[in-house]
Amino acid sequence: MLPLRLAALASSMVLLGASTPTLSANDAQVTIDNFTFSPSKVTVPAGTRVVWINRDDIPHTVVENGDRRVLKSEPLDTGDSFSFVFSSPGTYSYFCSIHPRMQGTVVVE
Amino acid sequence: MDQTRRGLLKCMTWAGTGVLWTISGGVPRSAPLGGSAEAAAPKGELSFIQISDSHIGFKNAPNMDTPGTLREAIDLVNRQKADAGLMIHTGDVSHLSKPAQFDTAEQIIRGAGLDVHYVPGEHDVLMDEGQPFFERFIRGGPRGWYSFDQRGVHFIGLNNVQDLKPGGFGNLGQEQLEWLEKDLAGRSASQPIVIFAHVPLWTVSQEWGWGTDDGAQALSYVKRFGSVTVLNGHIHQIMQKVEGNCAFHTARSTAFPQPAPGTAASPGPVKDVPAGRLRAMLGITKVTRIEGQSQLAVVDTPLGA
Repeated sequence: MLPLRLAALASSMVLLGASTPTLSANDAQVTIDNFTFSPSKVTVPAGTRVVWINRDDIPHTVVENGDRRVLKSEPLDTGDSFSFVFSSPGTYSYFCSIHPRMQGTVVVE
Repeated sequence: MDQTRRGLLKCMTWAGTGVLWTISGGVPRSAPLGGSAEAAAPKGELSFIQISDSHIGFKNAPNMDTPGTLREAIDLVNRQKADAGLMIHTGDVSHLSKPAQFDTAEQIIRGAGLDVHYVPGEHDVLMDEGQPFFERFIRGGPRGWYSFDQRGVHFIGLNNVQDLKPGGFGNLGQEQLEWLEKDLAGRSASQPIVIFAHVPLWTVSQEWGWGTDDGAQALSYVKRFGSVTVLNGHIHQIMQKVEGNCAFHTARSTAFPQPAPGTAASPGPVKDVPAGRLRAMLGITKVTRIEGQSQLAVVDTPLGA
Protein backbone atom coordinates (compact mmCIF):
# COMPACT_ATOMS: atom_id res chain seq x y z
CA MET A 1 0.00 0.00 0.00
CA LEU A 2 2.69 2.48 0.97
CA PRO A 3 4.40 2.74 -2.44
CA LEU A 4 0.99 3.25 -4.04
CA ARG A 5 0.19 6.14 -1.69
CA LEU A 6 3.55 7.69 -2.37
CA ALA A 7 2.89 7.47 -6.08
CA ALA A 8 -0.49 9.18 -5.63
CA LEU A 9 1.14 11.93 -3.57
CA ALA A 10 3.86 12.43 -6.17
CA SER A 11 1.37 12.77 -9.00
CA SER A 12 -0.71 15.33 -7.11
CA MET A 13 2.45 17.37 -6.53
CA VAL A 14 3.14 17.35 -10.25
CA LEU A 15 -0.36 18.69 -10.86
CA LEU A 16 0.24 21.45 -8.35
CA GLY A 17 3.52 22.27 -10.02
CA ALA A 18 1.76 22.91 -13.31
CA SER A 19 -0.23 25.86 -12.01
CA THR A 20 2.14 27.42 -9.47
CA PRO A 21 5.78 28.45 -9.70
CA THR A 22 8.32 25.98 -8.42
CA LEU A 23 8.87 26.88 -4.81
CA SER A 24 11.72 25.56 -2.75
CA ALA A 25 11.43 25.06 0.99
CA ASN A 26 13.31 28.27 1.79
CA ASP A 27 11.24 30.55 -0.44
CA ALA A 28 8.66 32.95 0.93
CA GLN A 29 5.44 33.34 -1.02
CA VAL A 30 3.13 36.33 -1.39
CA THR A 31 -0.13 35.82 -3.24
CA ILE A 32 -2.21 38.51 -4.90
CA ASP A 33 -5.95 38.00 -4.48
CA ASN A 34 -8.70 40.61 -4.58
CA PHE A 35 -6.26 43.51 -5.09
CA THR A 36 -4.34 42.56 -1.90
CA PHE A 37 -0.81 41.33 -1.23
CA SER A 38 -1.07 38.45 1.22
CA PRO A 39 0.62 38.39 3.63
CA SER A 40 1.14 42.13 3.39
CA LYS A 41 4.29 41.86 5.47
CA VAL A 42 6.85 39.06 5.29
CA THR A 43 10.00 38.82 7.42
CA VAL A 44 12.79 36.70 5.96
CA PRO A 45 16.51 36.05 6.52
CA ALA A 46 18.94 37.63 4.03
CA GLY A 47 19.37 35.55 0.89
CA THR A 48 15.72 34.48 0.78
CA ARG A 49 13.86 34.37 -2.51
CA VAL A 50 10.39 35.89 -2.31
CA VAL A 51 7.89 34.75 -4.94
CA TRP A 52 4.77 36.74 -5.80
CA ILE A 53 1.94 35.08 -7.70
CA ASN A 54 -1.03 36.93 -9.20
CA ARG A 55 -4.31 35.06 -8.76
CA ASP A 56 -6.49 38.02 -9.82
CA ASP A 57 -8.10 38.44 -13.24
CA ILE A 58 -6.49 41.85 -13.47
CA PRO A 59 -2.76 42.50 -13.97
CA HIS A 60 -0.68 43.81 -11.08
CA THR A 61 2.93 44.81 -10.50
CA VAL A 62 5.40 44.65 -7.62
CA VAL A 63 7.37 47.91 -7.49
CA GLU A 64 9.52 49.28 -4.70
CA ASN A 65 8.45 52.61 -3.21
CA GLY A 66 10.64 55.68 -3.75
CA ASP A 67 13.28 56.24 -6.39
CA ARG A 68 15.52 53.25 -5.73
CA ARG A 69 13.17 50.73 -7.29
CA VAL A 70 15.61 47.82 -7.39
CA LEU A 71 12.57 45.65 -6.83
CA LYS A 72 10.44 46.05 -9.96
CA SER A 73 8.39 43.45 -11.82
CA GLU A 74 6.90 43.45 -15.26
CA PRO A 75 3.08 43.49 -15.30
CA LEU A 76 1.90 40.13 -13.95
CA ASP A 77 -1.10 38.73 -15.76
CA THR A 78 -3.39 36.11 -14.21
CA GLY A 79 -1.27 33.20 -12.97
CA ASP A 80 2.06 34.95 -13.59
CA SER A 81 4.69 35.00 -10.88
CA PHE A 82 7.70 37.14 -10.08
CA SER A 83 10.60 36.36 -7.79
CA PHE A 84 13.33 38.42 -6.18
CA VAL A 85 16.25 37.36 -3.99
CA PHE A 86 16.80 39.75 -1.09
CA SER A 87 20.51 39.65 -0.29
CA SER A 88 20.80 42.76 1.91
CA PRO A 89 19.05 43.31 5.25
CA GLY A 90 16.57 46.15 5.36
CA THR A 91 12.91 47.06 5.01
CA TYR A 92 11.56 47.03 1.47
CA SER A 93 8.21 48.72 0.99
CA TYR A 94 6.51 48.06 -2.31
CA PHE A 95 3.21 48.70 -4.09
CA CYS A 96 1.33 47.88 -7.28
CA SER A 97 2.15 50.70 -9.69
CA ILE A 98 -1.17 50.08 -11.51
CA HIS A 99 -3.33 50.02 -8.35
CA PRO A 100 -1.32 52.08 -5.87
CA ARG A 101 -3.64 51.37 -2.95
CA MET A 102 -2.12 47.86 -2.91
CA GLN A 103 0.92 47.90 -0.66
CA GLY A 104 3.26 45.41 1.03
CA THR A 105 6.52 45.14 2.95
CA VAL A 106 9.42 42.71 2.97
CA VAL A 107 11.64 42.86 6.06
CA VAL A 108 15.03 41.24 5.48
CA GLU A 109 16.95 40.35 8.65
CA MET B 1 -33.31 72.93 -1.21
CA ASP B 2 -29.89 71.63 -0.33
CA GLN B 3 -31.62 68.48 0.72
CA THR B 4 -32.71 67.79 -2.85
CA ARG B 5 -29.22 68.29 -4.10
CA ARG B 6 -27.79 66.00 -1.47
CA GLY B 7 -30.34 63.41 -2.43
CA LEU B 8 -29.23 63.66 -6.01
CA LEU B 9 -25.56 63.36 -5.14
CA LYS B 10 -26.24 60.33 -3.00
CA CYS B 11 -28.23 58.64 -5.68
CA MET B 12 -25.56 58.67 -8.32
CA THR B 13 -26.14 55.28 -9.84
CA TRP B 14 -28.89 54.85 -12.34
CA ALA B 15 -30.25 51.44 -13.11
CA GLY B 16 -32.06 50.60 -16.30
CA THR B 17 -31.30 50.91 -19.92
CA GLY B 18 -30.40 54.50 -20.55
CA VAL B 19 -30.63 57.92 -19.06
CA LEU B 20 -31.18 61.24 -20.70
CA TRP B 21 -29.54 63.70 -18.43
CA THR B 22 -29.89 67.44 -18.81
CA ILE B 23 -29.67 70.54 -16.72
CA SER B 24 -32.32 73.14 -17.24
CA GLY B 25 -32.33 76.34 -15.25
CA GLY B 26 -29.89 74.81 -12.78
CA VAL B 27 -32.22 71.93 -11.93
CA PRO B 28 -30.86 68.52 -12.81
CA ARG B 29 -33.39 66.17 -14.34
CA SER B 30 -32.99 62.59 -15.35
CA ALA B 31 -35.42 60.51 -17.30
CA PRO B 32 -35.12 56.88 -18.26
CA LEU B 33 -35.27 56.33 -21.97
CA GLY B 34 -38.15 54.07 -22.77
CA GLY B 35 -37.49 53.45 -26.41
CA SER B 36 -34.59 54.18 -28.63
CA ALA B 37 -32.08 56.64 -27.26
CA GLU B 38 -31.54 57.79 -30.79
CA ALA B 39 -35.08 59.03 -31.07
CA ALA B 40 -34.97 60.73 -27.68
CA ALA B 41 -31.60 62.41 -28.14
CA PRO B 42 -32.01 66.15 -28.41
CA LYS B 43 -30.88 68.07 -31.46
CA GLY B 44 -27.83 70.13 -30.75
CA GLU B 45 -24.95 72.13 -32.14
CA LEU B 46 -22.34 69.51 -31.45
CA SER B 47 -22.57 65.90 -30.45
CA PHE B 48 -19.89 63.33 -29.84
CA ILE B 49 -19.53 59.74 -28.69
CA GLN B 50 -17.60 58.36 -25.72
CA ILE B 51 -16.41 54.78 -25.48
CA SER B 52 -14.22 53.42 -22.71
CA ASP B 53 -12.36 50.49 -21.21
CA SER B 54 -12.30 48.12 -24.17
CA HIS B 55 -9.59 45.99 -22.45
CA ILE B 56 -8.62 44.11 -25.61
CA GLY B 57 -6.62 41.11 -24.35
CA PHE B 58 -8.89 40.41 -21.37
CA LYS B 59 -10.29 36.91 -21.77
CA ASN B 60 -11.91 35.76 -18.57
CA ALA B 61 -15.32 35.58 -16.93
CA PRO B 62 -17.61 37.31 -17.69
CA ASN B 63 -16.31 38.12 -21.20
CA MET B 64 -14.25 35.71 -23.30
CA ASP B 65 -14.57 37.91 -26.41
CA THR B 66 -13.69 41.56 -25.76
CA PRO B 67 -13.01 42.24 -29.47
CA GLY B 68 -16.54 40.96 -30.13
CA THR B 69 -18.20 43.31 -27.64
CA LEU B 70 -16.07 46.23 -28.89
CA ARG B 71 -17.33 45.45 -32.40
CA GLU B 72 -20.90 45.50 -31.10
CA ALA B 73 -20.19 48.84 -29.43
CA ILE B 74 -18.89 50.26 -32.70
CA ASP B 75 -21.98 48.94 -34.49
CA LEU B 76 -24.06 50.82 -31.93
CA VAL B 77 -21.95 53.95 -32.44
CA ASN B 78 -22.67 53.70 -36.16
CA ARG B 79 -26.40 53.49 -35.48
CA GLN B 80 -26.31 56.40 -33.03
CA LYS B 81 -23.69 58.73 -34.37
CA ALA B 82 -25.91 60.68 -36.82
CA ASP B 83 -24.11 64.02 -36.96
CA ALA B 84 -21.55 63.24 -34.22
CA GLY B 85 -18.43 65.25 -34.86
CA LEU B 86 -15.94 63.02 -33.08
CA MET B 87 -15.40 60.19 -30.63
CA ILE B 88 -13.35 60.04 -27.44
CA HIS B 89 -11.93 56.88 -25.88
CA THR B 90 -11.32 57.31 -22.16
CA GLY B 91 -8.62 54.68 -21.81
CA ASP B 92 -7.82 51.04 -21.12
CA VAL B 93 -7.93 50.41 -24.84
CA SER B 94 -5.84 47.31 -24.14
CA HIS B 95 -5.50 44.98 -21.19
CA LEU B 96 -1.70 44.58 -21.20
CA SER B 97 -0.33 47.29 -23.56
CA LYS B 98 0.60 44.66 -26.17
CA PRO B 99 1.07 45.80 -29.79
CA ALA B 100 -1.34 43.11 -31.04
CA GLN B 101 -3.99 44.35 -28.59
CA PHE B 102 -3.51 47.95 -29.78
CA ASP B 103 -3.76 46.71 -33.41
CA THR B 104 -7.02 44.87 -32.81
CA ALA B 105 -8.60 47.80 -30.97
CA GLU B 106 -7.48 50.33 -33.56
CA GLN B 107 -8.86 48.29 -36.44
CA ILE B 108 -12.25 47.77 -34.80
CA ILE B 109 -12.60 51.39 -33.64
CA ARG B 110 -11.73 52.64 -37.13
CA GLY B 111 -15.03 51.06 -38.18
CA ALA B 112 -16.89 53.99 -36.58
CA GLY B 113 -15.54 56.30 -39.25
CA LEU B 114 -15.05 59.06 -36.69
CA ASP B 115 -12.06 61.11 -35.66
CA VAL B 116 -11.07 59.47 -32.34
CA HIS B 117 -9.31 61.25 -29.48
CA TYR B 118 -7.76 58.94 -26.89
CA VAL B 119 -6.42 59.28 -23.38
CA PRO B 120 -4.46 56.46 -21.73
CA GLY B 121 -5.69 54.11 -19.04
CA GLU B 122 -3.26 52.46 -16.64
CA HIS B 123 -3.45 49.27 -18.72
CA ASP B 124 -2.19 51.15 -21.81
CA VAL B 125 1.05 52.46 -20.34
CA LEU B 126 2.55 49.26 -18.91
CA MET B 127 5.46 49.27 -21.39
CA ASP B 128 8.23 51.84 -21.96
CA GLU B 129 6.53 54.58 -19.93
CA GLY B 130 3.57 54.52 -22.29
CA GLN B 131 5.51 55.63 -25.38
CA PRO B 132 4.05 52.93 -27.67
CA PHE B 133 0.53 54.08 -26.75
CA PHE B 134 1.25 57.80 -27.14
CA GLU B 135 2.97 57.34 -30.50
CA ARG B 136 0.12 55.30 -31.88
CA PHE B 137 -2.99 56.93 -30.41
CA ILE B 138 -2.22 60.51 -29.41
CA ARG B 139 -1.25 63.07 -31.97
CA GLY B 140 0.25 66.22 -30.53
CA GLY B 141 0.31 64.85 -26.98
CA PRO B 142 3.65 63.12 -26.41
CA ARG B 143 2.92 62.77 -22.67
CA GLY B 144 -0.73 61.84 -23.07
CA TRP B 145 -2.33 65.25 -22.48
CA TYR B 146 -3.53 67.75 -25.09
CA SER B 147 -6.39 70.04 -26.03
CA PHE B 148 -8.32 71.09 -29.13
CA ASP B 149 -11.37 73.09 -30.13
CA GLN B 150 -14.33 71.82 -32.07
CA ARG B 151 -17.41 73.86 -32.92
CA GLY B 152 -16.79 76.27 -30.08
CA VAL B 153 -16.25 73.58 -27.45
CA HIS B 154 -12.83 73.31 -25.84
CA PHE B 155 -11.79 69.66 -25.31
CA ILE B 156 -9.02 68.74 -22.89
CA GLY B 157 -7.61 65.20 -22.70
CA LEU B 158 -5.68 64.45 -19.50
CA ASN B 159 -3.38 61.64 -18.41
CA ASN B 160 -3.92 60.65 -14.77
CA VAL B 161 -2.57 57.10 -14.91
CA GLN B 162 1.20 57.48 -14.65
CA ASP B 163 3.71 58.06 -11.90
CA LEU B 164 1.18 56.90 -9.33
CA LYS B 165 2.26 57.21 -5.69
CA PRO B 166 2.15 54.32 -3.18
CA GLY B 167 -1.15 54.48 -1.35
CA GLY B 168 -2.46 57.14 -3.73
CA PHE B 169 -5.10 57.53 -6.42
CA GLY B 170 -4.86 58.65 -10.02
CA ASN B 171 -2.29 61.37 -10.54
CA LEU B 172 -1.85 64.32 -12.92
CA GLY B 173 1.43 65.73 -11.63
CA GLN B 174 2.77 69.27 -11.41
CA GLU B 175 3.88 69.56 -15.01
CA GLN B 176 0.47 68.63 -16.40
CA LEU B 177 -1.32 70.91 -13.92
CA GLU B 178 0.84 73.85 -15.03
CA TRP B 179 0.10 73.04 -18.66
CA LEU B 180 -3.64 72.88 -17.89
CA GLU B 181 -3.64 76.22 -16.09
CA LYS B 182 -1.90 77.86 -19.05
CA ASP B 183 -4.19 76.13 -21.54
CA LEU B 184 -7.25 77.64 -19.86
CA ALA B 185 -5.82 81.08 -19.16
CA GLY B 186 -7.37 83.83 -21.24
CA ARG B 187 -10.28 81.73 -22.51
CA SER B 188 -13.74 83.18 -22.33
CA ALA B 189 -15.70 81.84 -19.35
CA SER B 190 -18.63 81.29 -21.70
CA GLN B 191 -16.81 78.67 -23.76
CA PRO B 192 -18.06 75.15 -22.92
CA ILE B 193 -15.25 72.95 -21.56
CA VAL B 194 -15.11 69.17 -21.88
CA ILE B 195 -12.40 67.44 -19.86
CA PHE B 196 -11.81 63.74 -20.43
CA ALA B 197 -9.45 61.44 -18.54
CA HIS B 198 -9.39 57.78 -17.58
CA VAL B 199 -9.61 57.75 -13.77
CA PRO B 200 -12.43 59.88 -12.29
CA LEU B 201 -11.18 63.36 -11.38
CA TRP B 202 -13.56 63.34 -8.41
CA THR B 203 -13.42 60.81 -5.59
CA VAL B 204 -15.92 58.04 -6.32
CA SER B 205 -14.47 55.60 -3.78
CA GLN B 206 -11.73 56.25 -1.27
CA GLU B 207 -11.48 52.57 -0.42
CA TRP B 208 -10.95 51.44 -4.00
CA GLY B 209 -8.76 54.35 -5.02
CA TRP B 210 -11.31 55.64 -7.54
CA GLY B 211 -10.26 59.24 -7.68
CA THR B 212 -7.35 61.52 -8.59
CA ASP B 213 -4.93 62.84 -5.96
CA ASP B 214 -4.62 66.28 -7.53
CA GLY B 215 -7.99 66.28 -9.31
CA ALA B 216 -9.34 69.08 -7.11
CA GLN B 217 -6.42 71.28 -8.17
CA ALA B 218 -7.25 70.69 -11.84
CA LEU B 219 -10.94 71.41 -11.24
CA SER B 220 -10.13 74.69 -9.48
CA TYR B 221 -8.91 76.02 -12.85
CA VAL B 222 -12.32 75.54 -14.48
CA LYS B 223 -14.47 77.02 -11.70
CA ARG B 224 -14.95 80.30 -13.56
CA PHE B 225 -16.38 78.61 -16.66
CA GLY B 226 -20.13 78.42 -17.13
CA SER B 227 -20.27 74.92 -18.58
CA VAL B 228 -17.83 72.19 -17.63
CA THR B 229 -18.32 68.51 -18.41
CA VAL B 230 -15.91 65.94 -16.97
CA LEU B 231 -16.00 62.53 -18.64
CA ASN B 232 -14.16 59.54 -17.22
CA GLY B 233 -13.98 55.75 -17.45
CA HIS B 234 -12.00 53.30 -15.30
CA ILE B 235 -14.84 52.15 -13.02
CA HIS B 236 -16.87 50.32 -15.70
CA GLN B 237 -20.23 51.70 -14.54
CA ILE B 238 -22.24 54.90 -14.79
CA MET B 239 -21.82 57.44 -12.01
CA GLN B 240 -22.73 61.06 -12.23
CA LYS B 241 -22.98 64.16 -10.12
CA VAL B 242 -23.29 67.91 -10.53
CA GLU B 243 -21.33 70.47 -8.57
CA GLY B 244 -21.98 74.08 -9.46
CA ASN B 245 -21.35 74.45 -13.18
CA CYS B 246 -19.45 71.20 -13.37
CA ALA B 247 -21.09 67.93 -14.43
CA PHE B 248 -19.24 64.67 -13.84
CA HIS B 249 -19.99 61.45 -15.66
CA THR B 250 -18.36 58.03 -15.96
CA ALA B 251 -19.05 55.69 -18.87
CA ARG B 252 -19.66 51.97 -19.04
CA SER B 253 -16.94 49.66 -20.35
CA THR B 254 -17.27 47.75 -23.60
CA ALA B 255 -15.58 44.73 -21.95
CA PHE B 256 -16.81 43.87 -18.45
CA PRO B 257 -18.68 45.47 -15.52
CA GLN B 258 -17.12 46.26 -12.17
CA PRO B 259 -19.01 46.21 -8.85
CA ALA B 260 -20.50 49.32 -7.25
CA PRO B 261 -18.03 50.69 -4.67
CA GLY B 262 -17.87 48.63 -1.50
CA THR B 263 -20.25 45.91 -2.70
CA ALA B 264 -17.57 43.28 -3.38
CA ALA B 265 -14.26 42.06 -1.98
CA SER B 266 -12.37 43.96 -4.68
CA PRO B 267 -12.96 46.22 -7.69
CA GLY B 268 -12.16 43.30 -10.05
CA PRO B 269 -14.56 42.21 -12.82
CA VAL B 270 -18.09 41.17 -11.91
CA LYS B 271 -17.83 37.50 -12.91
CA ASP B 272 -21.23 36.09 -11.98
CA VAL B 273 -23.24 38.01 -14.56
CA PRO B 274 -26.58 36.24 -15.14
CA ALA B 275 -26.79 34.49 -18.51
CA GLY B 276 -27.62 36.91 -21.29
CA ARG B 277 -27.21 40.00 -19.08
CA LEU B 278 -23.63 40.99 -19.91
CA ARG B 279 -24.62 43.37 -22.69
CA ALA B 280 -26.96 45.27 -20.38
CA MET B 281 -23.88 46.16 -18.32
CA LEU B 282 -21.72 47.32 -21.24
CA GLY B 283 -22.34 50.33 -23.42
CA ILE B 284 -21.51 53.63 -25.06
CA THR B 285 -22.24 57.28 -24.29
CA LYS B 286 -23.42 60.11 -26.52
CA VAL B 287 -22.96 63.72 -25.49
CA THR B 288 -24.83 66.61 -27.09
CA ARG B 289 -24.54 70.34 -26.72
CA ILE B 290 -28.03 71.80 -26.78
CA GLU B 291 -28.59 75.34 -27.88
CA GLY B 292 -29.72 77.57 -25.02
CA GLN B 293 -28.67 75.13 -22.30
CA SER B 294 -25.49 75.56 -20.35
CA GLN B 295 -24.91 71.86 -19.64
CA LEU B 296 -24.37 69.17 -22.21
CA ALA B 297 -26.83 66.28 -22.43
CA VAL B 298 -25.33 62.88 -21.70
CA VAL B 299 -27.09 59.74 -22.90
CA ASP B 300 -25.86 56.24 -22.07
CA THR B 301 -27.00 53.28 -24.13
CA PRO B 302 -26.23 49.66 -23.27
CA LEU B 303 -25.15 47.17 -25.92
CA GLY B 304 -28.22 45.07 -25.23
CA ALA B 305 -31.17 44.64 -22.91
